Amino acid sequence: MSILVFIEQRDGRVRAVSREALGEATRLAAALGGPVVGVCPAATDPGLAALGEAGAERVLLAAHPAFAAYDAAGYARAVAVAAETLKPALVLFGASTMGRDLAPRVAARLGAGLASDCIALAVEGGRLVASRPVFAGKALQKVAFPKAPALATLRPKVFAPVALGGRSAAVEPLAVDFDAAASRAKVLRVAAAGAGKVDLTEAEVIVSGGRGMKGPEHFQLLEDLAAALGASVGASRAVVDAGWRPHSEQVGQTGKTVSPKLYVAVGISGAIQHLTGMTSSRCIVAINKDAEAPIFKVADYGIVGDLFEILPALTEAVGKLNAHA
Amino acid sequence: MIQVVCVKQVPDTETRVKVAADGRNLDPAGVTWVLNPYDEYAVEQALRVRDQQGGGEVVAVSVGGPGVLSALRNVLALGADRAIHLRTDLAAPDPLSLARALAAELRGLGAGLVWFGKQAVDDDQAQVGPMTAELLDLPCATMAAAFTLEGEKVIVEREIEGGREVVELTLPAVVTAEKGLNEPRYASLKGIMAAKKKTIEEKPAELGEPGLEVVALVLPPPRAAGRIVGQGPQAVAELVRVLREDAKVL
Ligand SMILES: Cc1cc2nc3c(=O)[nH]c(=O)nc-3n(C[C@H](O)[C@H](O)[C@H](O)COP(=O)(O)OP(=O)(O)OC[C@H]3O[C@@H](n4cnc5c(N)ncnc54)[C@H](O)[C@@H]3O)c2cc1C
Ligand SMILES: Nc1ncnc2c1ncn2[C@@H]1O[C@H](COP(=O)(O)O)[C@@H](O)[C@H]1O
Repeated sequence: MSILVFIEQRDGRVRAVSREALGEATRLAAALGGPVVGVCPAATDPGLAALGEAGAERVLLAAHPAFAAYDAAGYARAVAVAAETLKPALVLFGASTMGRDLAPRVAARLGAGLASDCIALAVEGGRLVASRPVFAGKALQKVAFPKAPALATLRPKVFAPVALGGRSAAVEPLAVDFDAAASRAKVLRVAAAGAGKVDLTEAEVIVSGGRGMKGPEHFQLLEDLAAALGASVGASRAVVDAGWRPHSEQVGQTGKTVSPKLYVAVGISGAIQHLTGMTSSRCIVAINKDAEAPIFKVADYGIVGDLFEILPALTEAVGKLNAHA
Repeated sequence: MIQVVCVKQVPDTETRVKVAADGRNLDPAGVTWVLNPYDEYAVEQALRVRDQQGGGEVVAVSVGGPGVLSALRNVLALGADRAIHLRTDLAAPDPLSLARALAAELRGLGAGLVWFGKQAVDDDQAQVGPMTAELLDLPCATMAAAFTLEGEKVIVEREIEGGREVVELTLPAVVTAEKGLNEPRYASLKGIMAAKKKTIEEKPAELGEPGLEVVALVLPPPRAAGRIVGQGPQAVAELVRVLREDAKVL
């Protein structure tokens, strides 16, 4: 049985979450059987042959002028048609805003079960089991799928991509009967945030500030550290509610769930609703003047002290490291 | 216009999670139940649309056991006109079953707008809204952070990676509410009294075959205790060393 992977593109570029999903599909193909096949709704081919190196044997290109931007109804139809043709054991999506919007629609079309925001997939006793955080990360739920295909969205940055040097994927057209003129939902425009900003869910390194930063003007200290680390800036809800930083930077239960390689929490106490959004990070560093702050319970490394002294010293030390690299 | 708000009752977010004896569900002992926080934004927006239009009806619908009656009373106290309780004895039906049951009921209601929360904060699936829309073949915008209604069109803004997407829907349509969509009201004493006289109709939920089977609920392994590398700026050199040499993240 095959594994189908939704290939997400924006502005003609394949997103990292899709490479991560192809990586996981490649690992599961050993247990579930292959091949790994991609399906990509797009206006033009965003370089799909290159996904061979990421694990795809074939990619079905559902080309339609209306698919330049995300069209929920059209994309759902394309992915469902691919699944109905291929009859895969599993259909994977990245748990990006697009994947999380699209996957439930495809599941409803197929009458199949979907597990959202998974952090692990495994074949146990011959059946696929997906693990996913529930109750705001306070527990893990394991689910099985009574009916094929199984659908899952994968939390960004949790699954590693693969690199199969020199392989190229066969790109095949997929005919989708879709009348864009009859569409009752249209994307009118996409307003980009600050140019060159990496979204938190896709960042390798995040430095987040909390109420301990004392005011919006001090976030320059955090921006400086972020620049030295090549990081994106995050924030606690206290800071966002106070209007010091935009909601798009909020990490936590009512903000974003992030899993970077390195998460630096500065002047953040570590309330459960904040921890929910960041405990799947690979390495957590906490800087807080209160040695009893709960953030130290989840941090791999911590410094107790005044952030206004520590931040400039840390930025300088990282800067020196970069100069030597 | 008739508007339907689909609401779920969930454990309060402060709840300490304990696994039930079956090893698959939450132990309900000692749990305080509340209206799902995202559903509060959905309810509020529906009430505002009704006010804006100077009339119409807001109907609250919930699938579950007798416990959901308090969530429905809550929505009635906020100002909804009537409620429908789709009854099941299953502790936690999966999203596909819920969507089927809601879609079956919605087919007969003739709603112009159907509201959901972005996600339920217990199962965190974020599925029931868009699944129900697809089953009914209705246009749908998820994670609405801003909403305007102009005649037969709805304009929704949603936060996506690196920006904001503006979507236009033609009624009838489905919208799921994100935090920040509005500032939800509190129930007034008058509202609570009035709610007692409003009707809650009870019907069996038509769930159908489940799409998911929960095999286990486990507490996540705690992160191994970390290490305080030191106090104050003097500790920075040691922090940089461990990040580079031990954690290999620099
Ligand atoms: C339903 C619900 C949803 C929520 N969702 C979220 C969410 O998505 N994200 C989120 O973050 N929160 C969320 N919260 C809020 C959460 O409970 C906390 O209130 C919030 O995270 C606290 O933010 P903070 O750590 O910045 O502030 P505080 O808790 O006030 O902590 C500030 C910290 O800074 C330290 N500090 C102060 N001065 C200095 C200094 N000079 N040097 C070093 N350290 C210093 C203090 O010791 C303290 O630990 C939610 C709450 C609820 C009820
Ligand atoms: N049992 C239910 N009854 C009515 N509506 C529900 C129910 N469960 C979920 N919903 C709705 O679907 C949204 C998303 O839930 P979920 O897909 O479980 O994250 C919730 O915010 C509710 O609006």
